[in-house]
Amino acid sequence: MAKQPEKKKDDVETTGHSWDGIEEYNNPLPKWWVWVFYATIIWGIGYTIAYPAWPGINQATSGLLNWSTRANVADEIETVAERNAPKNTALEEVELASFVEDTDSELYAYARSSGAAIYQTWCAQCHGSGAAGAKGYPNLQDDAWLWGGTIEDIHTTIRVGVRNPETDEDYARVSEMPAFGADGLLEEEQVEQVVNYVMSMSGEPKDASLVEAGEEVYLDNCAACHRDNGGGDPFVGAPNLADAIWLYGGDYETIRETVWNSRYGNMPQWQDRLSEAEIRAVATYVHQLGGGE
Amino acid sequence: MGNYIKLIVLGVITVLALIAANYARDVAYMVNALTVALVAAGLFLWVLRRTGEAVAVGDLSGEYMDGPVRAGVILTAFWGVVGFLVGVTIAFQLAFPVLNFEWAQPYLNFGRLRPLHTSAVIFAFGGTALITTSFYVVQRTSAARLWGGNLVWFVFWGYQLVIVLAATGYLLGATQSKEYAEPEWYVDWWLTIVWVAYLLVFVGTLMKRKEPHIYVANWFYLSFIITVAMLHVVNNLSIPVSVFGSKSVQVFSGVQDAMTQWWYGHNAVGFFLTAGFLGMMYYFVPKQAERPIFSYKLSIIHFWALIFIYIWAGPHHLHYTALPDWASTLGMVFSIVLWMPSWGGMINGLMTLSGAWDKLRTDPIIRMMVISIGFYGMSTFEGPMMSIRAVNSLSHYTDWTIGHVHSGALGWNGMITFGALYFLVPRLWNRERLYSLSLVSWHFWLATIGIILYAASMWVTGIMEGLMWREVDANGYLVNSFADTVAAKLPMYVVRGLGGALYLTGGIIMCYNLWMTVKRSPAVEATNHVVPAE
Repeated sequence: MAKQPEKKKDDVETTGHSWDGIEEYNNPLPKWWVWVFYATIIWGIGYTIAYPAWPGINQATSGLLNWSTRANVADEIETVAERNAPKNTALEEVELASFVEDTDSELYAYARSSGAAIYQTWCAQCHGSGAAGAKGYPNLQDDAWLWGGTIEDIHTTIRVGVRNPETDEDYARVSEMPAFGADGLLEEEQVEQVVNYVMSMSGEPKDASLVEAGEEVYLDNCAACHRDNGGGDPFVGAPNLADAIWLYGGDYETIRETVWNSRYGNMPQWQDRLSEAEIRAVATYVHQLGGGE
Repeated sequence: MGNYIKLIVLGVITVLALIAANYARDVAYMVNALTVALVAAGLFLWVLRRTGEAVAVGDLSGEYMDGPVRAGVILTAFWGVVGFLVGVTIAFQLAFPVLNFEWAQPYLNFGRLRPLHTSAVIFAFGGTALITTSFYVVQRTSAARLWGGNLVWFVFWGYQLVIVLAATGYLLGATQSKEYAEPEWYVDWWLTIVWVAYLLVFVGTLMKRKEPHIYVANWFYLSFIITVAMLHVVNNLSIPVSVFGSKSVQVFSGVQDAMTQWWYGHNAVGFFLTAGFLGMMYYFVPKQAERPIFSYKLSIIHFWALIFIYIWAGPHHLHYTALPDWASTLGMVFSIVLWMPSWGGMINGLMTLSGAWDKLRTDPIIRMMVISIGFYGMSTFEGPMMSIRAVNSLSHYTDWTIGHVHSGALGWNGMITFGALYFLVPRLWNRERLYSLSLVSWHFWLATIGIILYAASMWVTGIMEGLMWREVDANGYLVNSFADTVAAKLPMYVVRGLGGALYLTGGIIMCYNLWMTVKRSPAVEATNHVVPAE
């Protein structure tokens, strides 16, 4: 057995039991412990009187303060909404094209800061929190715009989305590049030729001997949308192929994949989820990131 | 005769498990069924080889049953290192997502390793430590051999089987998606059987005790066993989609399910990690310090207050959710009132050491126990504070919570378990002393610095994250995106990972030290004879 615990003369009495050599002193409860314990209990009773707490048969007590998390949130949202209402009305009425020229105005500052918050909440998931984009998601900082880079263009794109089947407006961003290889519109050989030609527009092709034949294929099949010079056409969302900016990648394999299968990238429409003022705010924010026209 | 019944049962289990594996609807279920078949078949052969042999009959009632305790000590140390290793891995996965290796998808991604980590440390390391120490403590403080004979071994290995089934299930994608209750329905059923057997062994041993009174450590162990049984059964009420598949559907839905889950989750902390480990503290601290418990009265009052109040505190995990305000208020109030009952254990532990403070200089095991009680006190203050709605609105969903949990888990649960292991190994293997006290010191400092790095980095990043989430500009719009907060946390994530690595290193040093104690320390005469203390 373990040796008995050492005891000092001024020790209080133990309870007299011993388990495997362990004894217990008969010390009283520490006073401060008892009082703090009582204090928390009394505070607890008071708190449950002040706040919703005790469940009854039909409903719980609502508390003297009439406090409610839902009401608090509603109040807070209401306060901010009321404060911003005049600014939002002004934003809805402002002429967008001239708006971006008056960047010193208070309304512009408001649009930019609220637009940034809306962007971080709804847009950053795909376009990145720094708006630099990712594979398949356009960079919003540069000068390349699929559907146009004026603030009105950006505003429309945000409002109706891209290739959004639910939108049937005239200026909806709907267009479709054919799957030239998969649907048999081009022979495999022709696809290889045109890919080399497209690469040659902004850099070195993989096989320079195919470029010439590729140009012919390009002019017959691609130039209608992407233009003869490869400059693209924002009216149909056809990207510029000559600017060395690639949404999916500019290497041979990736471009071949794009020509073969097409891409059909899309973006949700935001007019159902964001108010007109919010859409205008986020369009303002995106426009001033650096690439706005 | 008994052996023939055993053979029949094991044979039937083997065949049924093989049939289940054959019809399995998912890989996790199949692997688990094959595991069960393998275990049952192995036991079948083992029993078969012994059938018909003469059994050595001796009166063992005069000796403590220390076999399961020895096995438990080894497995506690083993699971500890495994759990810490997975923890360090996922800490660095969070800092550097590239560590979610493409070739290891989906098995070793963060989503599957995270429950593996929590279950490994709480249930494998902590649970094995609790079962092991409770077997040791209840025998010594009752002056009685464990009741139940081979039932004790059933409890021990049955629990280990739960761990293996759960862990392989997680990696293969079987989960109930309930935090700390991830194992699927058949593992839950098996754990229920094992747990009832555990209760029988524990109560059976208490019933045949030779001491007139039940020692306080055993109250805590018993409350842990009973309450965990209740929590486990209610929170895992679910209906299997198929008897041949791992998927099941919860009986509760919506906010009722959330409330049941956090009633369970909070009390897993309360009764597994607090009450159970207080049982450990109440035995190993006075033994190591060789001092009487500070106050018997305090132990009674804080025991009953703790177990009565803890069970109501769960709703504080669901502040500002669909949970009605009244339930949230009650959860918060009970959490605050819980503060002093929790601290009762800290006072009793620390004051037991008064008069033995000089030992802090010479005994690194006492140092470990003191820092453990210190972290217990700190996290049982931090917990009620974080349950206050205003504080919670800042801290909830942030890394502050992770820091809070780890100062409790690494500081309190880990350190008291290390102390208990250092205490137990020389006694269980009849060794004069530990192999090296200076290695214990190394372990102590590595673990302590590791915890401080961990907790401090999580406080900083948690509060920063909470402030960034709520930051609004003059127009009432949010300033930061979620990705901004993730980017801002990177340095603190690295610090956290390093803290974990230190803690893991300490654990490995402990394993080496314990191993060398058994191998190298001079032997002494066995002391496992049943003798009442008075």
